[in-house]
Amino acid sequence: MVTRGFFSGRRPPSDTDARIPPGQYLEQGFPVLSAGPTPRVRTEDWSFTLKQGPKPIKKWNWAEFNALPQSKMTRDIHCVTAWTKFNTPWQGVMIDDILADAGIEPPTAYTLALSFDGYSTNVPTKDLVTGKAMVALLYEGKPITPDHGGPARLLVPHLYFWKSAKWVNGLQFTERDEPGFWELRGYHMYGDPWREQRYSSDL
Amino acid sequence: MSAEPSPQSPWQAATITRIEKRTPRVTSFWFQPSRPFAHLAGQHVDIRLTAPDGYQARRSYSIASAPEAGGGVELAIERLDDGEVSPFFHDVAAVGDEIELRGPLGGHFIWEEGDGGPILLVGGGSGVVPLMAMVRHRTLRNKAVPVALVFSVRIWDEVIFRDELIGLDDRRDGFDLVLTLTREPARRPSDYSRRVDARMMAQAVERLPKAPKLTYLCGSNAFVSAAADALIGVGVPSEIIRTERYGV
Repeated sequence: MVTRGFFSGRRPPSDTDARIPPGQYLEQGFPVLSAGPTPRVRTEDWSFTLKQGPKPIKKWNWAEFNALPQSKMTRDIHCVTAWTKFNTPWQGVMIDDILADAGIEPPTAYTLALSFDGYSTNVPTKDLVTGKAMVALLYEGKPITPDHGGPARLLVPHLYFWKSAKWVNGLQFTERDEPGFWELRGYHMYGDPWREQRYSSDL
Repeated sequence: MSAEPSPQSPWQAATITRIEKRTPRVTSFWFQPSRPFAHLAGQHVDIRLTAPDGYQARRSYSIASAPEAGGGVELAIERLDDGEVSPFFHDVAAVGDEIELRGPLGGHFIWEEGDGGPILLVGGGSGVVPLMAMVRHRTLRNKAVPVALVFSVRIWDEVIFRDELIGLDDRRDGFDLVLTLTREPARRPSDYSRRVDARMMAQAVERLPKAPKLTYLCGSNAFVSAAADALIGVGVPSEIIRTERYGV
């Protein structure tokens, strides 16, 4: 349906068009969205735990985690609220390197990312490994600010950005694809921006 | 001949039935969806505009009307000068136009009668819109739930729903309105003339007969962050604070 009188719009320039998923617009700023107050997590209180079901596999404190091999990823990110931001530069520990340090192969096909504030989000394990995702520690070369998820946030840039859990404190491998916080509240289980998988009724 | 039932599109046409200017920058639009739906107070809809060449722009807007109010879905849309969708509504949209809409959406920033109270609502600017749906829902369904609304705007003329809110406040039936004007002197004895801070939040909590069961904050990120920090600073547990931010 064409909307009467809607012409101009904020069309992206044609050279960037192919990088903007359907229904998204290009944002220069870095909007902040979250379901509750911003937790202030001190790095001395910070830890990251790998779990299989309820059973801990390995736990790192801030210094131990920062000593893991670090990588850089510069990626376009896509928020379900319809903004897309190009070329966001992150540095952190690839999920592959976390698993290697724990000495394990991914034990199950599904993962829940867990956060200090009780937030969770589900991601298939295959979307976290083989260089696809990291636990980010730096944004633009500096510590991630609390409102953007610091000290550490998950970065899964090929999925809508609610999957990139802020204030992440662990990954839990699960036997089944278990919905997280927003997935229990009407958002899509997978969240591919290129297939516009925003809400649970999207295919 | 039997055809496979095609999955129904989540988008539907909704007709604009009424337009009313609320403040110099905020106008309410009432939509009659072709497939009417029941929403919860605090939920939003997505709006999609399509240009003749197929280009689409979509935005989310909170619902201002109470679930039980007849007369369609009210969205109060603030004009953003550098916006893409809000200037269309303010400059082009007219009664009788069909707009594509999807919803209701959102399962966290909602308040239902059964959630109980007291509830504390803190809104900045057009962040009051989903809170207005909660206030109206409470008025129509359960006045026993005490509600305090702290509404921060720059000036008196930007108080969205001003007459309605003051009218509800005047009933003294358990709904308490606190306006805070950040760029003008306060007009009413109970109001403030500054940005939200810890003392204001402490006094808002004291207006309720007992500690809030749930707290809803909505507005810009800076506003919501300041209000959340102030509430936590005066002892409101972060677990009962729900936030919705415009992003910027």
